[in-house]
Amino acid sequence: MSGVSWPVVRTGLNKEFVGSNFDKFLGLHRFFRAALVLALLALSPAASAVLTIEIVGTGATQFPIAVVPFRAEGGLPQSLTSVISADLARSGVFKLVDAGGLNPPPHEPQDVNYDTWRARAAEAVVIGTVAPRPDGRHDVRFRLMDVAKQEQLAGFAYTASGAQLRHTAHRIADAIYEKLTGDKGVFSTRITYVVKRGARYELQVADADGFGAQTVLASGEPIISPAWSPDGTRIAYVSFEMPQKKPVVYIQSLTTGGRRPVANFWGSNSAPAWSPDGRKLAVVLTKDGGSQIYLMNADGSGVTRLTQSSAIDTEPSFSPDGELLLFTSDRGGSPQIYGMPAKGGEARRLTFEGSYNVSPRFNPDGKSFTFIQRNGSRFNVAVQDLTTRQVQVLTEGAVDESPSFAPNGRMILYATEVGGRGILSAVSSDGRVKQRLTADSGDVREPAWGPLPK
Amino acid sequence: MKRLSIHLISIVLAGMLAACGTTPTKEQEGASVEDRTKAPAGEAGAPKPRPGPRVATKPLVDKPLAANPLKDPGNILSKRSVYFDYDSDLIKDEFKPVVTAHAKYLQQHPNAKMRIEGNADERGSREYNIALGQRRANAVRQMMQLLGAQALQIETVSFGEEKPKCTGHEESCWSQNRRGDIAYQGE
Repeated sequence: MSGVSWPVVRTGLNKEFVGSNFDKFLGLHRFFRAALVLALLALSPAASAVLTIEIVGTGATQFPIAVVPFRAEGGLPQSLTSVISADLARSGVFKLVDAGGLNPPPHEPQDVNYDTWRARAAEAVVIGTVAPRPDGRHDVRFRLMDVAKQEQLAGFAYTASGAQLRHTAHRIADAIYEKLTGDKGVFSTRITYVVKRGARYELQVADADGFGAQTVLASGEPIISPAWSPDGTRIAYVSFEMPQKKPVVYIQSLTTGGRRPVANFWGSNSAPAWSPDGRKLAVVLTKDGGSQIYLMNADGSGVTRLTQSSAIDTEPSFSPDGELLLFTSDRGGSPQIYGMPAKGGEARRLTFEGSYNVSPRFNPDGKSFTFIQRNGSRFNVAVQDLTTRQVQVLTEGAVDESPSFAPNGRMILYATEVGGRGILSAVSSDGRVKQRLTADSGDVREPAWGPLPK
Repeated sequence: MKRLSIHLISIVLAGMLAACGTTPTKEQEGASVEDRTKAPAGEAGAPKPRPGPRVATKPLVDKPLAANPLKDPGNILSKRSVYFDYDSDLIKDEFKPVVTAHAKYLQQHPNAKMRIEGNADERGSREYNIALGQRRANAVRQMMQLLGAQALQIETVSFGEEKPKCTGHEESCWSQNRRGDIAYQGE
């Protein structure tokens, strides 16, 4: 998956890491610009920054870890350890320990002086090397060392071209994250979202840290509701483009750029959701009257109606096992979240708190779902446990929208507004860690977090 | 006299050639890029490139040309918007004459077709707002059908909150965006 380049316009988006929040660590509370992290990330390219990530809030406990610059990485077009450090810090789960001032810095297990790291209160140390290959690519090796046990916890080797170095760094951060937390890392995943600049709409795909954004579709008409295919190779979305100039569901291949309308019926076509096997699409059509949910093959054939109500039924989301469908309906008088068998059948109301609960998306673990709940005049991201029905409101913005889980279920990406501009934010599923992704210009909205790379 | 005619013909020909050479090409800006500017009511829709010279002749008629009732500002048929209350698809009394007039027009012109475009204010989920706009468009269609319009004459679509008439963030704006717009085919 690394080094991919999608067809269509390429834009030079870059991320600038402006700050991290070590508030627990330092006893501070908001927007603390950690000089430590800035120094650590001095190698991070910041030119022409367009998407900026800012961390607001941090995990309950942070794992102290040191990332030592890899041997010979100074000669690379892209520093690996700055990317790894930024990933780990951004997760809110790790506290980066100063790895500087060692001469020589350790690169191999036998070089690691555990007393030094114990003195710096690091519980793990990341070391590694880079070596050029005859074919122009690079051999990258890294090891994760346990300070207390004085042993290696993980070690992997990668071969990467210059263009693949960022991706390799994300893979290393994923391996570290998984080893130390038990959850899959999502640093090497991608996100999609829509940027609106004036009258221009762009569907973009970027790395999860906002880097490498590429426009895969540009239009003078609205684009909404992008949805990743489970294998990450295609995106379904709703485009209002000519000649129909109304909502039509398209599927676009990210590898070829080829696309075609899959739901273009009389009326409006919207809210595409992929089945977990990638073969079916749930969509909302109005060809028979009001907005109802239909199931179709991903090529647009075999359309069958799933809901049979005179109310609004929209925003379908499949459970990870493909058995259940969540959706929004106002059949009870106000918009609420319902669940029903994906094969069709009786719907059951799931939300009862408040008069406006919309936009459900399953947690990849299948045990909870995220949605938007209106509280007074505010719209916020909430999570509800499917078994206990307990609801936790995770955000406090005014107009939070379109939540979607990271594929490891630990973070939720959503759209919000700051200073009248649309930006993306992410919040951990326990509500503690918060991040903001801000573009230099335009409104950013309609985010969707892509799947784990295969 | 003959020479003058030849001069005239060559001038006209030159003009035609020049016109051909400057045919607008803005529609070729790429497959997915569209002109977003909405054609104002009463104006022609997407300009189609016309083959041949842009000259047309018309026979002189005795009586004055009847104005197109759909475009006549003095005609109720030139009114194209129905406004709704928050979270409502109820057609208010003040808009019933407009809906009735268009229903009657459709009944009297069985070949006429229209699209009703439903809209919603910006609050809440974009997809739910698509559904709310759709419901408003459907409510207008339903009333027109009750008054004699045929189902296949009216397509209802929704723009949800995506095409606000007013872009502010307060009720004075929102009330303008909870709206159904009527557009006849070919407009």
